[in-house]
Amino acid sequence: MIARALFDSPDRPASRVARFVNLLVVLLLVSGGSYALLAQSISDWSPVWAYRASFLQGWVTTIWLSVLSLICSLIFGLIAAMARRSSFMPLRSLSVIYVELIRGTPLLVQIYFFFYVVFDKVGLDNRYIAGVLILSLFTGAYIAEMIRAGIESIPASQWESARAIGLSTQQTYRLVIFPQAFRQILPPLAGQLASLVKDSSLLSVLGLSEFTQSALQVNSATYSTLESFLPLAIGYLILTLPISLAAKKLEALFRYEA
Amino acid sequence: MKLEFKNVEKSFGPHRVIRDISLSVEFSHVLCLIGPSGGGKSTLLRMLAGLEPLSSGEIYLDDTRQPSDEVSLRHFRKRLGVVFQAYNLFPHLSALENVVLPLVEVHRLSRDDANKRARSVLERLRLEKEEAKRPSALSGGQKQRVAIARALAIHPEMLLFDEPTSALDPEMTAEVLDVIAELKKEDRKFVMVTHEMGFARQIADVVAFIAEGKVLEIADAPSFFESPKSEEAKLFLSKILKY
Repeated sequence: MIARALFDSPDRPASRVARFVNLLVVLLLVSGGSYALLAQSISDWSPVWAYRASFLQGWVTTIWLSVLSLICSLIFGLIAAMARRSSFMPLRSLSVIYVELIRGTPLLVQIYFFFYVVFDKVGLDNRYIAGVLILSLFTGAYIAEMIRAGIESIPASQWESARAIGLSTQQTYRLVIFPQAFRQILPPLAGQLASLVKDSSLLSVLGLSEFTQSALQVNSATYSTLESFLPLAIGYLILTLPISLAAKKLEALFRYEA
Repeated sequence: MKLEFKNVEKSFGPHRVIRDISLSVEFSHVLCLIGPSGGGKSTLLRMLAGLEPLSSGEIYLDDTRQPSDEVSLRHFRKRLGVVFQAYNLFPHLSALENVVLPLVEVHRLSRDDANKRARSVLERLRLEKEEAKRPSALSGGQKQRVAIARALAIHPEMLLFDEPTSALDPEMTAEVLDVIAELKKEDRKFVMVTHEMGFARQIADVVAFIAEGKVLEIADAPSFFESPKSEEAKLFLSKILKY
């Protein structure tokens, strides 16, 4: 009886009720534990509550920074992935160098380097545009590798079939390769996009008044660290959880056996 | 239908798969390419389909030379319908969409006309109930019939079959061979690589026997199967007919 209530395996699947109760109990235990741990440390919400507008404004800034970076990073990733597959060798090398340099160095270093060295030279001094560009370059390198792997996972017979019916290369990508590769890419892509939202917190070092920056300011004004950073964690979760859920929905939608 | 090869060679690295083939065949409907595995039959068919670049030589189809640059080759391929051993359907599209895709994207039919034509071809191949299914939901025989429908729907000048039943069990093989036999009755012209000797004997007008990268014998089907001339063909047929 206890085994039926606690265990779930393919040959002895648990009921929906048992699964729901399990989730609920664990959720309660985790939140209870967290409360026991933190209750002592949290003294007073009122100083932080006074800054709620600042939090909200930072949170909204983080949302549109993330959305813009998300779009740009997909574009950068697609360009780099296609450059990597180009028959023109200099382009291919350039793509490899971009991907390896970005993936091999810390985002913080890239933020300082691009903003204070590169963008300074070209006269780009809007911190928000700079932030979006840096974050997109960073995430784009990871997305490029995912797209490349997704394209390479499509068997050669699909290319041959597309050629046999007379599709051009561009049509083959659009009608045959990308739709199939997208399904492969979706799960890691969703994870990367959730990371992007969190990575945007590092842009606070440029003094952008985004979500993390507001928490830092509230913290230095009120000296209530936990009360400043707990809402921060929750605010990011509100953004990243829907991405995971949407990815699961999309995955189910695109599911078919190869 | 007239098919001509002039000094055609094909090598993969140091491996010579097709060795200086020159031939000229005329056939009313069906040409079957037979011979031992690895002898170059499929490569020959794929070269004919414009899918495998020649190392050297020329191919003529009804006295028109097969182009060698990719853009003209694409136009050349549009006139042919190819059916592969492993079906090569697009797994993300339904049976109907698989047939419609080349009609809309390559042959520039309107979506309505393409749907109409695809449905009528699927119906002729008794696939009307499967039109909404993705390839993963179809049996092997059904998949191959969808692939045949895809090749037929473009109204090709000629169909090319590359071992269309090699991946199928006997029952499904019969199901697909029935369809191919019907095509001959409908006055279609095709070239077929096959290991089904009984079928080749029954359906082929002309048989080409290919081994070790060379065409060793070309003859009308009855005379080839009753009295093969080359030693290799005799040996091949005796081995195949042993069991």
